[in-house]
Amino acid sequence: MDKRVVFRSAWLPYALLAPQIAITIVFFFWPAAQAVWFAFQLQDAFGLHTQFVGLQNFAALFADEHYLGSFRTTAVFSIAVAFSGIAISLLLASMADRVLRGALAYKTLLIWPYAVAPAVAGVLWGFMFAPSIGIVTYVLKGFGIDWNWIIQGDQAMLLVVMASVWKQISYNFLFFLAGLQSIPRSLIEAAAIDGASPLRRFWTVVFPLLSPTTFFLLVVNIVYAFFDTFGVIDATTQGGPAQATQILVYKVYYDGVKAADLGSSSAQSVILMFIVITLTVIQFRYVERKVQY
Amino acid sequence: MVENRPLLTVFSHVVLLAGVAAVAFPLYVTFVASSLPLEQIMSVPMPLVPGDQLLVNYNQVLTAGGTTGSKAPVSTMLFNSTVMALAIAIGKIAISIIASFAIVYFRFPLRNFFFWMIFVTLMLPVEVRIIPTFKVVSDLGMLNTYAGLTVPLIASATATFLFRQFFLTVPDELAEAARVDGAGPLRFFKDVLLPLSRTSIAALFVIQFIYGWNQYLWPLLITSEESMYTAVIGISRMLVGGDAANEWHLIMATAILALLPPALVVVLMQKWFVKGLVETEK
Repeated sequence: MDKRVVFRSAWLPYALLAPQIAITIVFFFWPAAQAVWFAFQLQDAFGLHTQFVGLQNFAALFADEHYLGSFRTTAVFSIAVAFSGIAISLLLASMADRVLRGALAYKTLLIWPYAVAPAVAGVLWGFMFAPSIGIVTYVLKGFGIDWNWIIQGDQAMLLVVMASVWKQISYNFLFFLAGLQSIPRSLIEAAAIDGASPLRRFWTVVFPLLSPTTFFLLVVNIVYAFFDTFGVIDATTQGGPAQATQILVYKVYYDGVKAADLGSSSAQSVILMFIVITLTVIQFRYVERKVQY
Repeated sequence: MVENRPLLTVFSHVVLLAGVAAVAFPLYVTFVASSLPLEQIMSVPMPLVPGDQLLVNYNQVLTAGGTTGSKAPVSTMLFNSTVMALAIAIGKIAISIIASFAIVYFRFPLRNFFFWMIFVTLMLPVEVRIIPTFKVVSDLGMLNTYAGLTVPLIASATATFLFRQFFLTVPDELAEAARVDGAGPLRFFKDVLLPLSRTSIAALFVIQFIYGWNQYLWPLLITSEESMYTAVIGISRMLVGGDAANEWHLIMATAILALLPPALVVVLMQKWFVKGLVETEK
């Protein structure tokens, strides 16, 4: 993967790289190194003295029921977001791949939520489901469902999942549509001639061929649920009620910024860093190689 | 289509229409709420046809802002969002295209080391280094400035990869010809590579503009002055808690104004958007 023709200059390549590398060092590596450093420190309440405490911050975290609870919350949340988002988008994309009339119109009308900021998506959904004035709350009341995500933890979770999935459908949809359109028609025709019904063709031919796309989207959606949904949660439940929607990223923010507990927040950052690194490695190692049957 | 199954086609349309409706419903409710007086939103259930306060509400948020919570006019916030989105999009493209040019067209010591340094930034999102990054920006005196809002976000591994990938597909003969004709590297970059990269730049611009516009955690941390709020931050600052205490008509008008520019970019530049989305993820 190298060029045959190269230019020669002793200083030019460094000058060209300088802006990117400078920003990377000042705003990425230096703060990340500090986060790791702080994770092994204990600071007194006034921030005057710090003391090296080794793994004590980590030990405290894993003994903390709230932190373990946040892990479970994150797991439930990201699995719910990834699976429902992928299922709905796959259904819509396979339908859009079938229709000839209005295909472009459907596509346009389905992709615009990508442009909506997560925080704005949270506000929109929080408003529709607002306990006293929400329009959906009113309809639910008609069915005898008492909806109040301000006090009901499960409902708060459902709300942030719905808002997060709504925003992510467009992304999954586009990738599935591209995946479906790249499947050779001849394969599907052959299965049709053999008498396979559309549903059977989907499960035995189309879905296996889509597995690289699905796996890729699974990783991307989990990363999205872990990190990019911060805005959704901050604009609606703020982690509540009683930590029911406090995912790991929200807890790092809350403990570090609101509760000013530097050591614990940094230790949590380091744990998150491990998670991101794992996910990135999975994405690059396995997605590149393509999951295929 | 492989075979003619009219029933299945009807079913497909029904599913798609239901999908479109479900996706559009929150936007519709928001739009309706932004055209109503507050009392009508508060009277349960709120009407589902637009009211007559559209101009009044938008005029108020644009010129004066809310009266509780954040009181900054939304026009200022939209201006801040525009500056932030443009600076991030242009900044990312500019520093990434020259970095990939150096990596692809030169051989020099530490080339791979620099490439890996850029790659590793993928693994360090703002969320995992919140406090220390905030401290760096605060030490540099960049809180509540446009530089603080944008510069820390313009390093980009994905953009660097995209350009590197593209440069590798550019035929070697072009660089050879340029060298034979006596053109230096910068001349070759400006007259040959840059024009060839136009479509990649356009695609990347669309994606990064939306990324910059929709930033939330970072501006939330470093803007404390209302005059520096972006539109997305402004909305969350207008929520003062409690269903009844919020000025929903103004919040919803602000929400529409905040989502309109990036939504228009997606819809009007759909071709570049799809290209950018698919290519930055490769």
